[in-house]
Amino acid sequence: MIETTEFTPLASALGGILIGSSAVLLMAFTGRIAGVSGYLSRLLPPYTGEQPLERLAFVAGLLAAAPLYAFVTGSAVTHVVSSNNGLLVAAGLLVGFGSVLGSGCTSGHGVCGIARLSPRSLAATAIFMATGLATVFIMRHVAGV
Amino acid sequence: MQVALTFFASLLFGLGLVISGLANPTKVQNFLDIAGAWDPSLVFTMAAAILVTGLGYVLVFKRGRPVFAETFQLPTTTRIDLKLVSGAAVFGIGWGLVGYCPGPALVALPLGNHGTYVFVGAMLVGMLAARILPLPRRQNMKPINQ
Repeated sequence: MIETTEFTPLASALGGILIGSSAVLLMAFTGRIAGVSGYLSRLLPPYTGEQPLERLAFVAGLLAAAPLYAFVTGSAVTHVVSSNNGLLVAAGLLVGFGSVLGSGCTSGHGVCGIARLSPRSLAATAIFMATGLATVFIMRHVAGV
Repeated sequence: MQVALTFFASLLFGLGLVISGLANPTKVQNFLDIAGAWDPSLVFTMAAAILVTGLGYVLVFKRGRPVFAETFQLPTTTRIDLKLVSGAAVFGIGWGLVGYCPGPALVALPLGNHGTYVFVGAMLVGMLAARILPLPRRQNMKPINQ
């Protein structure tokens, strides 16, 4: 069953402004690209000794965001996840493997890379948007999952 | 200071993901479902994020160096190679299957949904596999001054 979601241009644009501000702050103060897969995957072996505390802090900040939002606003974070374990495992493996192989994900390539007009990031974003669109199309309109 | 600033910035990033709706996998899948239950909200998120980052970066790079570090850490590779193309393609398929990419999945982790635990566990295994398998080495991040 496909659930519709409400069109939220203002909230979504505001969220984008926060994401962009965060990326600018990180570059201005630490000189780093706000790439989630980069911060996260380098916490895994093999270790090359690259600022583990900064990486942990980045992950901790992401983990703290939803509880802080719920605490401040008093409203729950809307959130509907597939309950199909096979699909979740396959998706997780592909997202994890692909983001490391492709040197970035939606944040590093899709926001930071495009913002600095990196040809690699433009290509990567075009490709993952295309395969993402195709995957959802096949799932929902061909396979009917 | 770098650690504190990184925490603050990623908290802001996470709040952006929550407020935009990206932490909701169904909204992401609907964003990708142009032929069906299309919800274009996240077009606004991407556009706003890229615009703010692009303008901000111009100012930041003018300054010459980051406040707490010697240099900007930017990738120096410009080649669009097979690794980039295949990695992005595989990533997009996984993204479409469930609607999670790494940031939103981490943000949603404390919300206590069983499916998120399964996804994040598998994602970490996938990342580890890509790091330890004998693939050609990932590009190095070399310090450069822009």
